[in-house]
Amino acid sequence: MSNFYSKQTIDHFRNPRNYGALTNPDGLGEAGNIICGDIMSLYIEVKENKKAEEIITAVKFKTYGCAAAIATSSVITDLAKGKTIDEALKLGKKDIIDTLHGLPPIKIHCSLLAIDALGEAIYQYLLKNKREIPQDLRQKHDRIEKGKKIIEERLKKLAR
Amino acid sequence: MKKVYLDYAATTPIDPRVLKAMLPYFSKKFGNSMSLYSLGREADEALEKSRRTIANLINAEPQEIVFTSSATESNNLALKGVAFGGKNRGKNHIIISSIEHDCVLESSRWLRNQGLALTELSVDDQGLIDPNELKKAIADKTLIVSIIHGNNEIGTIQNIAEIGKICREKGVYFHTDASQSLGKTPIDVKAMNIDLLTASSHKVYGPKGVAFLYVGSGVVIEPILHGGGHELGKRSSTVNVAGIVGFAKACEILKKEMKTENKRIAKLRDKLIKDIQEAIPEAKLNGAVGDKRLSNNVNFSFPVVEGESLVLELDFNGVAASTGSACSSKNLMPSHVLTAIGLKPHQAHGSLRFSIGRFTKKEDIDFTIKKLVRVFDKLKVMSPLYQV
Repeated sequence: MSNFYSKQTIDHFRNPRNYGALTNPDGLGEAGNIICGDIMSLYIEVKENKKAEEIITAVKFKTYGCAAAIATSSVITDLAKGKTIDEALKLGKKDIIDTLHGLPPIKIHCSLLAIDALGEAIYQYLLKNKREIPQDLRQKHDRIEKGKKIIEERLKKLAR
Repeated sequence: MKKVYLDYAATTPIDPRVLKAMLPYFSKKFGNSMSLYSLGREADEALEKSRRTIANLINAEPQEIVFTSSATESNNLALKGVAFGGKNRGKNHIIISSIEHDCVLESSRWLRNQGLALTELSVDDQGLIDPNELKKAIADKTLIVSIIHGNNEIGTIQNIAEIGKICREKGVYFHTDASQSLGKTPIDVKAMNIDLLTASSHKVYGPKGVAFLYVGSGVVIEPILHGGGHELGKRSSTVNVAGIVGFAKACEILKKEMKTENKRIAKLRDKLIKDIQEAIPEAKLNGAVGDKRLSNNVNFSFPVVEGESLVLELDFNGVAASTGSACSSKNLMPSHVLTAIGLKPHQAHGSLRFSIGRFTKKEDIDFTIKKLVRVFDKLKVMSPLYQV
Protein backbone atom coordinates (compact mmCIF):
# COMPACT_ATOMS: atom_id res chain seq x y z
CA MET A 1 0.00 0.00 0.00
CA SER A 2 1.68 3.16 -1.16
CA ASN A 3 1.72 6.31 0.90
CA PHE A 4 2.57 8.36 -2.14
CA TYR A 5 0.20 10.53 -4.12
CA SER A 6 -1.36 9.84 -7.51
CA LYS A 7 -0.36 11.87 -10.55
CA GLN A 8 -3.73 13.61 -10.43
CA THR A 9 -3.28 14.62 -6.79
CA ILE A 10 0.16 16.02 -7.50
CA ASP A 11 -1.24 17.95 -10.46
CA HIS A 12 -3.99 19.54 -8.33
CA PHE A 13 -1.46 20.29 -5.59
CA ARG A 14 1.03 21.91 -7.93
CA ASN A 15 -1.53 23.63 -10.19
CA PRO A 16 -4.47 24.28 -7.91
CA ARG A 17 -7.66 25.45 -9.64
CA ASN A 18 -9.53 28.44 -8.28
CA TYR A 19 -7.36 29.40 -5.33
CA GLY A 20 -7.83 32.80 -3.82
CA ALA A 21 -10.81 34.58 -2.31
CA LEU A 22 -14.05 36.28 -3.44
CA THR A 23 -14.47 39.80 -2.08
CA ASN A 24 -18.23 39.59 -1.58
CA PRO A 25 -19.03 35.90 -1.47
CA ASP A 26 -22.61 34.68 -1.25
CA GLY A 27 -21.33 31.99 1.08
CA LEU A 28 -18.12 31.36 3.01
CA GLY A 29 -17.41 27.96 4.54
CA GLU A 30 -14.61 27.22 6.98
CA ALA A 31 -13.50 23.77 8.03
CA GLY A 32 -10.56 22.11 9.73
CA ASN A 33 -8.38 23.24 12.58
CA ILE A 34 -4.81 24.14 13.38
CA ILE A 35 -4.21 21.27 15.79
CA CYS A 36 -4.74 18.71 13.05
CA GLY A 37 -2.91 20.95 10.64
CA ASP A 38 -5.53 21.58 7.94
CA ILE A 39 -7.62 24.72 7.55
CA MET A 40 -9.82 25.44 4.57
CA SER A 41 -11.83 28.52 3.58
CA LEU A 42 -14.21 28.10 0.65
CA TYR A 43 -15.98 31.01 -1.08
CA ILE A 44 -19.01 30.64 -3.38
CA GLU A 45 -20.90 32.96 -5.67
CA VAL A 46 -24.50 31.92 -6.48
CA LYS A 47 -26.66 33.22 -9.35
CA GLU A 48 -30.05 32.26 -10.70
CA ASN A 49 -30.20 31.00 -14.26
CA LYS A 50 -33.06 31.41 -16.75
CA LYS A 51 -34.84 28.40 -15.30
CA ALA A 52 -34.73 30.09 -11.89
CA GLU A 53 -32.27 27.49 -10.62
CA GLU A 54 -29.54 28.60 -8.20
CA ILE A 55 -26.18 27.91 -9.77
CA ILE A 56 -22.76 28.08 -8.10
CA THR A 57 -21.08 30.36 -10.63
CA ALA A 58 -17.74 30.91 -8.90
CA VAL A 59 -15.79 29.05 -6.23
CA LYS A 60 -12.50 30.00 -4.62
CA PHE A 61 -10.48 28.44 -1.83
CA LYS A 62 -7.65 29.11 0.57
CA THR A 63 -6.10 26.16 2.32
CA TYR A 64 -3.42 25.62 4.92
CA GLY A 65 -2.37 22.01 4.87
CA CYS A 66 -0.62 19.13 3.21
CA ALA A 67 -0.63 18.32 -0.48
CA ALA A 68 -3.79 16.22 -0.07
CA ALA A 69 -5.60 19.09 1.63
CA ILE A 70 -4.68 21.49 -1.17
CA ALA A 71 -5.51 18.98 -3.91
CA THR A 72 -8.90 18.07 -2.44
CA SER A 73 -9.71 21.78 -2.08
CA SER A 74 -8.83 22.34 -5.70
CA VAL A 75 -10.98 19.40 -6.82
CA ILE A 76 -14.04 20.43 -4.84
CA THR A 77 -13.99 23.88 -6.45
CA ASP A 78 -13.85 22.23 -9.88
CA LEU A 79 -16.66 19.85 -9.04
CA ALA A 80 -18.95 22.45 -7.47
CA LYS A 81 -18.58 25.12 -10.13
CA GLY A 82 -21.60 25.25 -12.47
CA LYS A 83 -23.69 22.96 -10.27
CA THR A 84 -27.03 23.80 -8.70
CA ILE A 85 -27.13 24.04 -4.91
CA ASP A 86 -28.95 20.71 -4.76
CA GLU A 87 -26.40 19.03 -6.98
CA ALA A 88 -23.50 20.49 -5.01
CA LEU A 89 -24.94 19.18 -1.78
CA LYS A 90 -24.91 15.68 -3.22
CA LEU A 91 -21.13 15.74 -3.76
CA GLY A 92 -19.35 13.32 -1.47
CA LYS A 93 -15.80 12.30 -0.61
CA LYS A 94 -16.03 9.53 -3.18
CA ASP A 95 -16.38 12.11 -5.97
CA ILE A 96 -13.18 13.80 -4.82
CA ILE A 97 -11.23 10.59 -4.34
CA ASP A 98 -12.34 9.26 -7.74
CA THR A 99 -11.30 12.49 -9.44
CA LEU A 100 -7.89 12.20 -7.81
CA HIS A 101 -7.60 8.50 -8.75
CA GLY A 102 -7.30 7.59 -5.10
CA LEU A 103 -5.64 9.04 -1.99
CA PRO A 104 -3.24 7.36 0.47
CA PRO A 105 -5.43 5.76 3.18
CA ILE A 106 -4.16 8.13 5.86
CA LYS A 107 -5.20 11.14 3.75
CA ILE A 108 -8.81 10.15 3.12
CA HIS A 109 -9.95 12.49 5.90
CA CYS A 110 -8.69 15.48 3.87
CA SER A 111 -11.45 14.87 1.31
CA LEU A 112 -14.03 15.09 4.10
CA LEU A 113 -12.65 18.48 5.01
CA ALA A 114 -13.34 19.78 1.48
CA ILE A 115 -16.90 18.42 1.58
CA ASP A 116 -17.40 20.08 4.98
CA ALA A 117 -16.14 23.43 3.72
CA LEU A 118 -18.48 23.35 0.71
CA GLY A 119 -21.42 22.34 2.93
CA GLU A 120 -20.65 25.21 5.29
CA ALA A 121 -20.50 27.73 2.43
CA ILE A 122 -23.91 26.56 1.18
CA TYR A 123 -25.28 26.58 4.73
CA GLN A 124 -24.21 30.19 5.11
CA TYR A 125 -25.72 31.11 1.74
CA LEU A 126 -29.07 29.54 2.62
CA LEU A 127 -29.06 31.13 6.08
CA LYS A 128 -28.24 34.59 4.71
CA ASN A 129 -31.09 34.35 2.23
CA LYS A 130 -33.48 33.13 4.90
CA ARG A 131 -34.03 29.89 3.09
CA GLU A 132 -34.98 26.55 4.39
CA ILE A 133 -31.95 24.48 5.38
CA PRO A 134 -32.12 20.74 4.69
CA GLN A 135 -32.01 18.70 7.89
CA ASP A 136 -28.84 16.79 7.10
CA LEU A 137 -27.00 20.02 6.22
CA ARG A 138 -28.09 21.50 9.54
CA GLN A 139 -26.88 18.41 11.38
CA LYS A 140 -23.57 18.55 9.59
CA HIS A 141 -23.21 22.22 10.49
CA ASP A 142 -23.93 21.47 14.17
CA ARG A 143 -21.29 18.72 14.14
CA ILE A 144 -18.68 21.07 12.63
CA GLU A 145 -19.54 23.83 15.11
CA LYS A 146 -19.23 21.40 18.00
CA GLY A 147 -15.85 20.28 16.69
CA LYS A 148 -14.66 23.88 16.49
CA LYS A 149 -15.61 24.48 20.14
CA ILE A 150 -13.68 21.42 21.29
CA ILE A 151 -10.62 22.60 19.38
CA GLU A 152 -10.91 26.10 20.85
CA GLU A 153 -10.90 24.56 24.32
CA ARG A 154 -7.83 22.51 23.49
CA LEU A 155 -6.06 25.56 22.08
CA LYS A 156 -6.83 27.49 25.26
CA LYS A 157 -5.33 24.65 27.28
CA LEU A 158 -2.21 24.65 25.08
CA ALA A 159 -1.86 28.41 25.48
CA ARG A 160 -1.72 28.05 29.24
CA MET B 1 17.41 19.46 -13.40
CA LYS B 2 19.86 20.24 -10.62
CA LYS B 3 19.19 18.20 -7.47
CA VAL B 4 20.34 19.12 -3.99
CA TYR B 5 20.15 16.54 -1.24
CA LEU B 6 19.80 18.12 2.20
CA ASP B 7 18.50 15.18 4.18
CA TYR B 8 21.74 13.60 5.39
CA ALA B 9 20.13 13.05 8.80
CA ALA B 10 17.71 10.63 7.13
CA THR B 11 20.43 8.70 5.36
CA THR B 12 23.67 9.26 3.49
CA PRO B 13 25.03 7.96 0.20
CA ILE B 14 27.81 5.41 0.52
CA ASP B 15 31.23 7.03 0.18
CA PRO B 16 32.99 5.60 -2.91
CA ARG B 17 35.94 4.59 -0.69
CA VAL B 18 33.54 2.60 1.50
CA LEU B 19 31.95 0.87 -1.46
CA LYS B 20 35.37 -0.10 -2.79
CA ALA B 21 36.33 -1.65 0.55
CA MET B 22 33.08 -3.65 0.66
CA LEU B 23 33.03 -5.06 -2.87
CA PRO B 24 35.36 -8.06 -2.39
CA TYR B 25 33.15 -9.35 0.44
CA PHE B 26 30.08 -10.00 -1.70
CA SER B 27 31.19 -12.69 -4.13
CA LYS B 28 34.92 -13.38 -3.60
CA LYS B 29 35.41 -13.27 0.17
CA PHE B 30 31.85 -14.36 0.92
CA GLY B 31 32.62 -16.83 3.73
CA ASN B 32 30.69 -17.27 6.94
CA SER B 33 32.79 -15.89 9.77
CA MET B 34 31.97 -18.99 11.87
CA SER B 35 33.35 -21.47 9.30
CA LEU B 36 36.65 -23.16 10.15
CA TYR B 37 38.22 -23.25 6.69
CA SER B 38 40.22 -20.42 5.17
CA LEU B 39 37.25 -18.65 3.57
CA GLY B 40 35.61 -18.46 6.98
CA ARG B 41 38.80 -17.35 8.69
CA GLU B 42 39.23 -14.63 6.09
CA ALA B 43 35.75 -13.34 6.91
CA ASP B 44 36.44 -13.57 10.62
CA GLU B 45 39.68 -11.63 10.26
CA ALA B 46 37.87 -8.87 8.33
CA LEU B 47 35.19 -8.82 11.02
CA GLU B 48 37.66 -8.50 13.90
CA LYS B 49 39.75 -5.90 12.10
CA SER B 50 36.58 -3.87 11.54
CA ARG B 51 35.68 -4.22 15.19
CA ARG B 52 39.05 -2.77 16.21
CA THR B 53 38.71 0.16 13.81
CA ILE B 54 35.24 1.02 15.08
CA ALA B 55 36.16 0.59 18.77
CA ASN B 56 39.08 2.92 18.20
CA LEU B 57 36.81 5.77 17.02
CA ILE B 58 34.98 5.92 20.37
CA ASN B 59 37.86 4.74 22.61
CA ALA B 60 36.20 1.39 23.39
CA GLU B 61 37.74 -2.09 23.54
CA PRO B 62 37.03 -4.26 20.46
CA GLN B 63 35.17 -6.92 22.49
CA GLU B 64 32.77 -4.20 23.67
CA ILE B 65 31.39 -3.66 20.14
CA VAL B 66 28.30 -5.76 19.29
CA PHE B 67 27.26 -5.57 15.64
CA THR B 68 23.54 -5.38 14.86
CA SER B 69 21.36 -4.65 11.85
CA SER B 70 20.16 -1.14 12.71
CA ALA B 71 20.16 1.61 15.30
CA THR B 72 16.60 0.52 16.10
CA GLU B 73 17.88 -2.96 16.94
CA SER B 74 20.78 -1.55 19.00
CA ASN B 75 18.44 0.65 21.01
CA ASN B 76 16.02 -2.24 21.54
CA LEU B 77 18.90 -4.45 22.66
CA ALA B 78 20.26 -1.80 25.03
CA LEU B 79 16.96 -1.20 26.79
CA LYS B 80 15.35 -4.63 26.70
CA GLY B 81 18.67 -6.39 27.18
CA VAL B 82 19.51 -4.39 30.30
CA ALA B 83 15.93 -4.59 31.58
CA PHE B 84 15.91 -8.38 31.38
CA GLY B 85 19.47 -8.55 32.69
CA GLY B 86 18.45 -6.32 35.56
CA LYS B 87 15.48 -8.44 36.60
CA ASN B 88 17.90 -10.56 38.58
CA ARG B 89 19.21 -7.52 40.41
CA GLY B 90 15.79 -6.33 41.49
CA LYS B 91 15.89 -3.07 39.54
CA ASN B 92 12.97 -1.99 37.39
CA HIS B 93 13.09 1.72 36.59
CA ILE B 94 14.07 3.35 33.27
CA ILE B 95 14.76 7.05 32.66
CA ILE B 96 14.69 8.58 29.18
CA SER B 97 14.23 12.07 27.78
CA SER B 98 11.06 13.25 26.06
CA ILE B 99 12.94 13.80 22.78
CA GLU B 100 14.23 10.28 22.16
CA HIS B 101 13.94 8.65 18.77
CA ASP B 102 10.79 6.55 18.38
CA CYS B 103 12.73 3.29 18.81
CA VAL B 104 13.91 4.29 22.31
CA LEU B 105 10.53 5.78 23.18
CA GLU B 106 8.56 2.77 22.00
CA SER B 107 10.95 0.21 23.51
CA SER B 108 10.71 1.98 26.87
CA ARG B 109 6.93 2.22 26.70
CA TRP B 110 6.76 -1.47 25.79
CA LEU B 111 8.86 -2.26 28.86
CA ARG B 112 6.54 -0.10 30.94
CA ASN B 113 3.66 -2.22 29.67
CA GLN B 114 5.61 -5.26 30.85
CA GLY B 115 5.61 -3.84 34.37
CA LEU B 116 8.70 -1.63 34.54
CA ALA B 117 8.55 1.98 35.71
CA LEU B 118 9.38 4.75 33.23
CA THR B 119 10.32 8.40 33.71
CA GLU B 120 10.41 10.74 30.71
CA LEU B 121 12.50 13.83 31.49
CA SER B 122 11.29 17.10 30.02
CA VAL B 123 13.60 19.37 28.05
CA ASP B 124 13.96 23.16 27.83
CA ASP B 125 13.12 25.23 24.75
CA GLN B 126 16.47 24.31 23.20
CA GLY B 127 15.94 20.62 23.81
CA LEU B 128 18.35 20.20 26.71
CA ILE B 129 17.57 18.08 29.77
CA ASP B 130 18.22 19.52 33.22
CA PRO B 131 20.97 17.50 34.97
CA ASN B 132 19.43 18.33 38.34
CA GLU B 133 16.13 16.84 37.20
CA LEU B 134 18.03 13.73 36.21
CA LYS B 135 19.71 13.51 39.62
CA LYS B 136 16.32 13.79 41.30
CA ALA B 137 14.75 11.19 39.03
CA ILE B 138 17.37 8.51 39.74
CA ALA B 139 16.09 6.17 42.47
CA ASP B 140 17.33 2.97 44.14
CA LYS B 141 15.37 0.94 41.62
CA THR B 142 16.74 2.80 38.60
CA LEU B 143 18.36 0.43 36.16
CA ILE B 144 19.29 2.55 33.19
CA VAL B 145 19.26 6.12 31.91
CA SER B 146 18.97 6.50 28.13
CA ILE B 147 19.45 9.98 26.68
CA ILE B 148 19.87 10.74 23.00
CA HIS B 149 23.23 12.38 22.24
CA GLY B 150 22.48 14.50 19.16
CA ASN B 151 18.79 14.90 18.43
CA ASN B 152 17.71 13.81 14.97
CA GLU B 153 15.15 16.57 14.43
CA ILE B 154 16.45 19.72 16.08
CA GLY B 155 20.12 18.76 16.35
CA THR B 156 20.55 19.58 20.03
CA ILE B 157 23.61 17.92 21.58
CA GLN B 158 23.23 16.90 25.22
CA ASN B 159 26.11 17.23 27.64
CA ILE B 160 26.63 13.49 27.84
CA ALA B 161 29.88 13.76 29.81
CA GLU B 162 27.93 15.42 32.62
CA ILE B 163 25.07 12.92 32.34
CA GLY B 164 27.56 10.04 32.32
CA LYS B 165 29.23 11.36 35.44
CA ILE B 166 25.91 11.60 37.28
CA CYS B 167 24.95 8.07 36.27
CA ARG B 168 28.34 6.65 37.28
CA GLU B 169 28.15 8.33 40.68
CA LYS B 170 24.65 6.99 41.24
CA GLY B 171 25.62 3.53 40.00
CA VAL B 172 23.11 3.28 37.15
CA TYR B 173 23.79 2.35 33.55
CA PHE B 174 23.98 5.13 31.00
CA HIS B 175 23.00 4.46 27.39
CA THR B 176 23.09 7.05 24.65
CA ASP B 177 21.73 6.92 21.12
CA ALA B 178 24.55 8.43 19.09
CA SER B 179 23.07 7.65 15.67
CA GLN B 180 23.20 11.30 14.63
CA SER B 181 26.24 12.41 16.57
CA LEU B 182 28.86 9.80 15.62
CA GLY B 183 31.45 11.61 13.54
CA LYS B 184 29.92 15.03 14.20
CA THR B 185 31.28 15.54 17.70
CA PRO B 186 34.01 13.57 19.51
CA ILE B 187 32.89 10.58 21.57
CA ASP B 188 35.04 8.90 24.22
CA VAL B 189 33.06 6.23 26.04
CA LYS B 190 35.63 5.96 28.82
CA ALA B 191 36.08 9.66 29.54
CA MET B 192 32.32 10.25 29.23
CA ASN B 193 31.34 7.32 31.48
CA ILE B 194 29.12 5.76 28.83
CA ASP B 195 28.04 2.15 29.47
CA LEU B 196 26.10 1.56 26.26
CA LEU B 197 26.08 3.46 22.98
CA THR B 198 24.18 3.04 19.72
CA ALA B 199 25.50 4.10 16.31
CA SER B 200 24.52 3.32 12.75
CA SER B 201 26.47 2.93 9.53
CA HIS B 202 24.12 4.53 7.01
CA LYS B 203 24.25 7.89 8.80
CA VAL B 204 28.02 8.09 8.26
CA TYR B 205 28.36 7.19 4.55
CA GLY B 206 28.34 3.44 5.17
CA PRO B 207 25.76 0.89 4.01
CA LYS B 208 22.27 0.44 5.44
CA GLY B 209 21.56 -2.66 7.51
CA VAL B 210 24.59 -2.33 9.83
CA ALA B 211 24.90 -0.73 13.24
CA PHE B 212 26.53 -1.46 16.56
CA LEU B 213 25.82 -1.35 20.24
CA TYR B 214 28.79 -0.62 22.45
CA VAL B 215 28.36 -2.59 25.67
CA GLY B 216 30.98 -1.65 28.26
CA SER B 217 32.68 -4.59 29.96
CA GLY B 218 30.84 -5.62 33.09
CA VAL B 219 27.44 -4.41 31.87
CA VAL B 220 24.86 -7.15 32.48
CA ILE B 221 22.78 -7.62 29.35
CA GLU B 222 20.52 -10.36 28.02
CA PRO B 223 20.39 -11.02 24.28
CA ILE B 224 17.11 -10.50 22.46
CA LEU B 225 18.14 -12.68 19.51
CA HIS B 226 19.04 -16.22 20.60
CA GLY B 227 20.79 -18.73 18.39
CA GLY B 228 24.33 -19.61 17.41
CA GLY B 229 25.98 -17.35 19.95
CA HIS B 230 27.56 -14.80 17.63
CA GLU B 231 28.94 -11.52 18.99
CA LEU B 232 30.02 -13.16 22.27
CA GLY B 233 26.51 -14.49 22.75
CA LYS B 234 25.00 -11.02 22.80
CA ARG B 235 23.49 -11.12 19.31
CA SER B 236 23.03 -14.31 17.32
CA SER B 237 22.76 -14.02 13.53
CA THR B 238 25.10 -14.77 10.67
CA VAL B 239 27.44 -11.81 10.53
CA ASN B 240 27.01 -9.23 7.76
CA VAL B 241 30.73 -9.06 6.96
CA ALA B 242 30.51 -6.88 3.83
CA GLY B 243 28.33 -4.36 5.66
CA ILE B 244 30.59 -4.31 8.70
CA VAL B 245 33.71 -3.85 6.56
CA GLY B 246 31.93 -0.87 5.00
CA PHE B 247 30.95 0.55 8.38
CA ALA B 248 34.57 0.21 9.55
CA LYS B 249 35.88 1.99 6.47
CA ALA B 250 33.34 4.76 7.09
CA CYS B 251 34.59 5.08 10.69
CA GLU B 252 38.21 5.12 9.55
CA ILE B 253 37.37 8.05 7.27
CA LEU B 254 35.54 9.82 10.11
CA LYS B 255 38.54 9.43 12.40
CA LYS B 256 40.80 11.02 9.79
CA GLU B 257 38.52 13.72 8.43
CA MET B 258 35.87 14.64 10.98
CA LYS B 259 37.70 17.54 12.55
CA THR B 260 38.18 19.56 9.35
CA GLU B 261 34.97 18.30 7.77
CA ASN B 262 32.77 19.38 10.67
CA LYS B 263 34.24 22.85 10.59
CA ARG B 264 33.35 23.10 6.91
CA ILE B 265 29.84 21.75 7.45
CA ALA B 266 29.14 23.97 10.46
CA LYS B 267 30.03 26.98 8.30
CA LEU B 268 27.52 25.89 5.66
CA ARG B 269 24.95 25.28 8.42
CA ASP B 270 25.42 28.78 9.82
CA LYS B 271 25.21 30.27 6.34
CA LEU B 272 21.96 28.40 5.64
CA ILE B 273 20.50 29.57 8.96
CA LYS B 274 21.53 33.19 8.33
CA ASP B 275 20.26 33.15 4.73
CA ILE B 276 16.87 31.74 5.72
CA GLN B 277 16.49 34.30 8.49
CA GLU B 278 17.29 37.09 6.05
CA ALA B 279 15.08 35.82 3.22
CA ILE B 280 12.08 34.83 5.36
CA PRO B 281 12.27 36.86 8.58
CA GLU B 282 9.12 35.29 10.01
CA ALA B 283 10.76 31.83 10.03
CA LYS B 284 11.81 30.68 13.49
CA LEU B 285 14.90 28.57 14.20
CA ASN B 286 14.21 25.50 16.36
CA GLY B 287 16.86 24.05 18.67
CA ALA B 288 20.14 25.27 20.07
CA VAL B 289 22.88 27.38 18.50
CA GLY B 290 26.65 26.98 18.12
CA ASP B 291 28.41 24.03 19.75
CA LYS B 292 25.22 22.69 21.26
CA ARG B 293 23.87 21.98 17.78
CA LEU B 294 24.92 19.16 15.43
CA SER B 295 27.22 20.63 12.81
CA ASN B 296 24.87 19.59 10.00
CA ASN B 297 21.38 20.34 11.36
CA VAL B 298 19.06 23.22 10.44
CA ASN B 299 15.43 23.21 11.61
CA PHE B 300 12.96 26.05 11.08
CA SER B 301 9.26 26.59 11.70
CA PHE B 302 7.55 28.46 8.89
CA PRO B 303 4.39 30.37 9.67
CA VAL B 304 1.25 30.05 7.51
CA VAL B 305 2.49 27.12 5.42
CA GLU B 306 2.45 23.44 6.20
CA GLY B 307 5.57 21.24 6.23
CA GLU B 308 4.49 18.40 3.98
CA SER B 309 3.50 20.86 1.27
CA LEU B 310 6.87 22.59 1.65
CA VAL B 311 8.77 19.31 1.37
CA LEU B 312 6.86 18.16 -1.72
CA GLU B 313 7.06 21.48 -3.51
CA LEU B 314 10.78 21.77 -2.65
CA ASP B 315 11.27 18.31 -4.13
CA PHE B 316 9.70 19.48 -7.41
CA ASN B 317 12.21 22.31 -7.31
CA GLY B 318 15.12 19.91 -6.83
CA VAL B 319 15.69 20.13 -3.06
CA ALA B 320 15.28 17.15 -0.70
CA ALA B 321 14.44 18.05 2.92
CA SER B 322 12.14 16.74 5.67
CA THR B 323 9.46 17.89 8.13
CA GLY B 324 8.01 17.11 11.56
CA SER B 325 4.51 17.96 10.41
CA ALA B 326 1.59 15.78 11.51
CA CYS B 327 0.54 15.38 7.89
CA SER B 328 3.74 13.56 7.10
CA SER B 329 3.58 11.21 10.09
CA LYS B 330 1.90 7.83 10.27
CA ASN B 331 -0.30 8.77 13.24
CA LEU B 332 -1.17 12.33 12.13
CA MET B 333 0.42 13.74 15.29
CA PRO B 334 3.01 16.52 15.10
CA SER B 335 6.57 15.59 16.07
CA HIS B 336 6.91 14.81 19.80
CA VAL B 337 10.32 16.49 19.75
CA LEU B 338 8.94 19.81 18.51
CA THR B 339 6.07 19.77 20.99
CA ALA B 340 8.51 18.85 23.79
CA ILE B 341 10.50 22.07 23.17
CA GLY B 342 7.26 24.00 23.48
CA LEU B 343 6.17 24.51 19.89
CA LYS B 344 2.48 25.15 19.27
CA PRO B 345 0.73 22.80 16.82
CA HIS B 346 0.93 25.24 13.89
CA GLN B 347 4.67 25.77 14.49
CA ALA B 348 5.28 22.02 14.47
CA HIS B 349 3.16 21.57 11.33
CA GLY B 350 5.21 24.21 9.56
CA SER B 351 8.60 22.73 10.42
CA LEU B 352 11.31 22.00 7.91
CA ARG B 353 14.62 20.21 8.52
CA PHE B 354 17.66 20.57 6.31
CA SER B 355 20.67 18.40 7.09
CA ILE B 356 23.98 19.04 5.37
CA GLY B 357 26.62 16.48 4.54
CA ARG B 358 29.94 15.48 3.04
CA PHE B 359 28.91 16.24 -0.52
CA THR B 360 27.17 19.58 0.12
CA LYS B 361 28.77 22.64 -1.43
CA LYS B 362 28.24 26.34 -0.92
CA GLU B 363 26.40 26.61 -4.26
CA ASP B 364 23.92 24.04 -2.98
CA ILE B 365 23.02 26.32 -0.09
CA ASP B 366 22.50 29.28 -2.46
CA PHE B 367 20.36 27.10 -4.74
CA THR B 368 18.29 25.92 -1.76
CA ILE B 369 17.61 29.45 -0.53
CA LYS B 370 16.48 30.55 -3.98
CA LYS B 371 14.09 27.62 -4.26
CA LEU B 372 12.85 27.87 -0.68
CA VAL B 373 11.83 31.49 -1.14
CA ARG B 374 9.99 30.62 -4.35
CA VAL B 375 8.19 27.68 -2.73
CA PHE B 376 7.27 29.62 0.41
CA ASP B 377 5.87 32.49 -1.69
CA LYS B 378 3.83 30.10 -3.81
CA LEU B 379 2.28 28.28 -0.86
CA LYS B 380 1.67 31.26 1.42
CA VAL B 381 -0.73 32.97 -0.99
CA MET B 382 -2.88 29.83 -0.89
CA SER B 383 -3.03 29.89 2.90
CA PRO B 384 -6.00 31.35 4.82
CA LEU B 385 -3.54 32.18 7.62
CA TYR B 386 -1.58 34.56 5.40
CA GLN B 387 -2.56 38.21 5.71
CA VAL B 388 -1.61 40.35 2.74
